[in-house]
Amino acid sequence: MSLDFTVVPQFLDVILLGVLWTILITLGASVLSFFVGIFFAIIALYAPWFVRLPFRAFEWLFMGTPLLLQLFLIYFGLIQVGIDLPAFVAGVIGLGLHYAVYNSELIQASILAVDRGQTEAARTLGLSRMQTLRYVVVPQAVRDVIPPIGNNMIALLKDSALVSVIGVSELTLSAQQAIGRTFRPFEFYVTAAAFYYAINLIMEAVQRRIERRIALSR
Amino acid sequence: MDVDLILRVYPFFLQAAWVTIQLSVLTAVLGLACGSLGAAARLSRLRIFRIIGAVYVSLFRGTPALIQLFILYFGGPQIGIQLDAFEAGVIGLGVNIGAYMTETIRGAIIAIDRGQTEASRTLGLSRWQSMRYVVLPQAARLMIRPLGVNINALIKGTALVAAISVVELTYTAQRYIGSTYKPFEMFLLSGTLYMIIIYATGRGIAWLDRRARIT
Repeated sequence: MSLDFTVVPQFLDVILLGVLWTILITLGASVLSFFVGIFFAIIALYAPWFVRLPFRAFEWLFMGTPLLLQLFLIYFGLIQVGIDLPAFVAGVIGLGLHYAVYNSELIQASILAVDRGQTEAARTLGLSRMQTLRYVVVPQAVRDVIPPIGNNMIALLKDSALVSVIGVSELTLSAQQAIGRTFRPFEFYVTAAAFYYAINLIMEAVQRRIERRIALSR
Repeated sequence: MDVDLILRVYPFFLQAAWVTIQLSVLTAVLGLACGSLGAAARLSRLRIFRIIGAVYVSLFRGTPALIQLFILYFGGPQIGIQLDAFEAGVIGLGVNIGAYMTETIRGAIIAIDRGQTEASRTLGLSRWQSMRYVVLPQAARLMIRPLGVNINALIKGTALVAAISVVELTYTAQRYIGSTYKPFEMFLLSGTLYMIIIYATGRGIAWLDRRARIT
């Protein structure tokens, strides 16, 4: 069977819809992983030990097992306890939590790197512990951590292909639908790869711009 | 928690873990080979090799590993490449992780001070000799830890071959979740085995790193 890319344009609408879903999932999971990552970092650093220890175990479990396995757990596990989420939501939660754990590691290091003098000065000026974190420490920590979090988001884009296995019709599953009708896997998977690559390049370009602006603001 | 069920199915998970270990080892070997070649290409004096190396890294790091695996396994037969699922898994994942390892190895080599190369060239060593006897031994020590990070990612990455029906840990967990409706038990069982594999590998790499520092 020879290659024939002329069948691809007929399915362009299916593929583009998949691209749209891939972008939505990546954005949704990125935003979730960012804010939950900050939350996790604060728990890991400041929560009392009886919260911190179970949390560490959870973190360890999420970093030590494959994302695909976690997606199965979240999707089928929630159904087992009676919560039937749409696949899209389960995918965003799975990807978001997975990357939140990785972002949390970065944010923790970054919070610890903020000079102690900043906290002391804020406390002396009468801010509470919570206010000091909220207005002084976390904003500075987050700025430093944006470039590596950008790398995580680019990795997340590529991992978003995994949610096709729990039935989210993003780019990978769209390609599979087209393959189901045409029996041309090579053509459609290469097409999907090309779209992923394009989104990846755009994200890298945006990341470089943001990094330059951060470098200037310092 | 259904302990009876876990006790009944765990032998199948042990078998699956053995497949995951085989996949991981073979993928790591292929990845290191691709990474070394890739790094050599990226550091070559010849522009054409540098371009090939850069394109390899960019394409394979810029697209999902799952799609690469699908192109090879499902698309391969269209261009005359017939592989069974296990072979496709090893080759697909190995070439993919090789792109990441290329950057790790290259990073370690360019981290060695240029003065080292200049000094050994001045002392009469050829370009190859100064690389072989001066730069590489030092770079090798630097790359153990970051390669360990790549290998950690690779072990978790072997789960992807579940999507092409290789009966490894994730595929086994998925199948038993489907037949028993006990996702938490199956996750716990397969997750524990993954963590044992990853923990043991991590200890091995830490040991290598310590040894490399002493000598």
